[in-house]
Amino acid sequence: MIVEIGHYALVLACALALVQAVAPIWGATRGDSALMAVARPLALTQFLFVAIAYAALTHAHLVSDFSVANVVENSHSAKPLIYKISGVWGNHEGSMLLWVLILSMCGAAVAALAARMPRDLYANALGVQGMIGAAFYLFILATSNPFARLANPPMEGADLNPILQDPGLAIHPPLLYLGYVGFSISFSFAAAALISGRIDANWARIVRPWTLAAWIFLTLGIAMGSYWAYYTLGWGGFWFWDPVENASLMPWLAGTALIHCASVMEKRDALKIWTIFLSILAFSLSLLGTFLVRSGVLTSVHAFASDPTRGVFILGILALAIGSALALFAWRASSLQGGGIFAPISREGALVLNNLLLTAACATVLVGTLYPLALEALTGEKISVGAPFFNLMMAPIAIPLFIAIPFGQQLAWKRGDLLAAAQRLLVAAIAALVAALIFFALHGGPAVPVALSALAIFVVVGAFADVAHRIAPRGFSSPNKWARAKGLPLSAWGTAIAHAGFGVSLLGIAATGWGVEKITTVKMGDVVTLGPYVVLVQDFSARNGPNYNETFARMQVRSAGAPVAEIEPSKRFYPARRMPRTEAGIATLGLGQVYVSLGEQGKDGGLDARFYWKPLVTLIWIGALIMAFGGLASVADRRLRIGVARRARNAPQGVPAE
Amino acid sequence: MTRKQRRLAFIGGALTVLMVAVGLSMFALRDNIVFFYSPTELQAKTLAPGTRVRIGGLVKNGTLVKSDGKQVRFVVTDTNKEIPVTYNGILPDLFREGQGVVAEGVMVNGALAADNVLAKHDEKYMPREVADALKKQGVWQETKDTAKAAERK
Repeated sequence: MIVEIGHYALVLACALALVQAVAPIWGATRGDSALMAVARPLALTQFLFVAIAYAALTHAHLVSDFSVANVVENSHSAKPLIYKISGVWGNHEGSMLLWVLILSMCGAAVAALAARMPRDLYANALGVQGMIGAAFYLFILATSNPFARLANPPMEGADLNPILQDPGLAIHPPLLYLGYVGFSISFSFAAAALISGRIDANWARIVRPWTLAAWIFLTLGIAMGSYWAYYTLGWGGFWFWDPVENASLMPWLAGTALIHCASVMEKRDALKIWTIFLSILAFSLSLLGTFLVRSGVLTSVHAFASDPTRGVFILGILALAIGSALALFAWRASSLQGGGIFAPISREGALVLNNLLLTAACATVLVGTLYPLALEALTGEKISVGAPFFNLMMAPIAIPLFIAIPFGQQLAWKRGDLLAAAQRLLVAAIAALVAALIFFALHGGPAVPVALSALAIFVVVGAFADVAHRIAPRGFSSPNKWARAKGLPLSAWGTAIAHAGFGVSLLGIAATGWGVEKITTVKMGDVVTLGPYVVLVQDFSARNGPNYNETFARMQVRSAGAPVAEIEPSKRFYPARRMPRTEAGIATLGLGQVYVSLGEQGKDGGLDARFYWKPLVTLIWIGALIMAFGGLASVADRRLRIGVARRARNAPQGVPAE
Repeated sequence: MTRKQRRLAFIGGALTVLMVAVGLSMFALRDNIVFFYSPTELQAKTLAPGTRVRIGGLVKNGTLVKSDGKQVRFVVTDTNKEIPVTYNGILPDLFREGQGVVAEGVMVNGALAADNVLAKHDEKYMPREVADALKKQGVWQETKDTAKAAERK
């Protein structure tokens, strides 16, 4: 019964979305305020119904209702509770339901805060949200019904794919979806601006927090996915340039470009058309990612099942959404008024450069990801485009970007002084040089990691040069530094922190060049030397988990003779799916990690294993956390809060704008 | 500078970046793509030495040999032609004789020296490239498992 209520609630949500897609926009064109106002209760009720549907499916998973096909295929009565909850989105149907849950949540959030926005803006935006929602509800109901019942329920379920039974899965997809779907808000607002033909700095102020929030979640989601792949797949890599990873990287690159160019529009009323275009692009790439991952054109862990009708349906949604948005853009963009002018060497100019490089990176990833699919469709030849292509392409784009970041932050709006900026970055340059010498003394070796880590230090220190200058300008004695630091807008701190985080991630990536890797066969009592550490293999043993059994090795990590950590890499076997899974043993020592993953046990009792020492590797993900934190500081900025926008615009600036 | 000149400078700059990006992509794509072949296709091809290829097929039963120092040898077949493969490393969890596999590397004396071996992600599905390669040989059968998998969709 509960399952049927869930199904019915989803049908009702779909009906509401259809009304929401038509009524508010019609109202906005006719200037009918009653029709426009209907958007808000529609969006809120829609969220309620999808939440009921989602709760119903979760309930079926929790009580292991094996009369529901979705539960049978992806659950098992012995599965731990957390994986019963996360297993709801660990399959195609459930993950699409999570997708629309988050979509309707975004719509409801806009509706809840709509009182402070221009009425026709939110009416049009919610109308577009309704269209997206309707398309995806229809997709779920027509091709991927999670509530389908079985006529002859089995006694036991098939269990969730063991690779997905991991705490990482509990967090990764919701974060990623919050990012993907969060970009639907800026997309809808961009479409709304095009429909009404009006756009101004106020628009940017309304939209920027939503975009930033989506970007924060996407950053965290990608980092979580990367860490999950790092410790589950047992290869010790953090990024594989797998098409599915690329699918999430593209909206991130476009979204990063968007938050930067939206700041130009907000502060200087320039780059309007470009901002609108990036808003459309970011969500279009999110949709493309959904298509690539969900349609089964790619082989990966994420391709739960491939079904041509689903692929065609999503491709249809994709074509309709991107096509109509771009058509609207082509038709209406010229009617938007251009804004402030600026010299090439200026904050705006630097942000244009940032946008160029980020969109070039995005285009590269797009080409590398879609080229094999296009070639196969056209000629039947099968190719793979892998890490060598992306590494070769990304280096000339990413390195200028990293160098430009600290400079861009120092430049003033409208017209900047590159020489003065360089002078302020002297400290950062010296820090980078010192760091390069220290790293060279510590690790010696190849020039590339040393150069990259020096660049990373330059970005990290340079990120705070602007803040430091504003707290204590050169040539002025400022006794009240603390008060000045507190008086700086949070968004200035947010920028500095996020850029520093980007540098921290680069340092972690650079340090992979100093890693140590050994693939060897070990027996009990063996000792493996790994950089500064020694791993002692103590014994092999076996034990049973709730829905698996595992053989594991006990190992002790020693430093200078003293034990510093114990690790238990294991090999698990899940009988329900008759599938093995490797669980790496990881010891975090300082910022680096000792990482051991097991292979096969030979006939003579020796065990194949990969041993890694990865110095500073955790910085890759810590950097992402810092970036997200910087984004959070920016969102929290008083000036971005809706309603105070007008006051802030008229109030005198607290800090000299130079 | 007038407004028009400024705009021209920006557009010029953007175009330069775009041209460089396009040029680099073409260059990178030409040298860094890896073609996928079935054993039958590969034997019909003459490859320049050092060309990276991907091959896919089934691991022939009884051909998996492990020797000291992590050296692994096996034979990949599409039931028509066979390619011996050597690999230095730990095979993926789902690597089995008689199952689908994709190997990437360089051909050396008629054998593939692989540096990357991929098996499927779970028990039900065959790597798509392998399924296609086998279909070409007419040996692909909708077994009970795949039929069941098809049904569950």
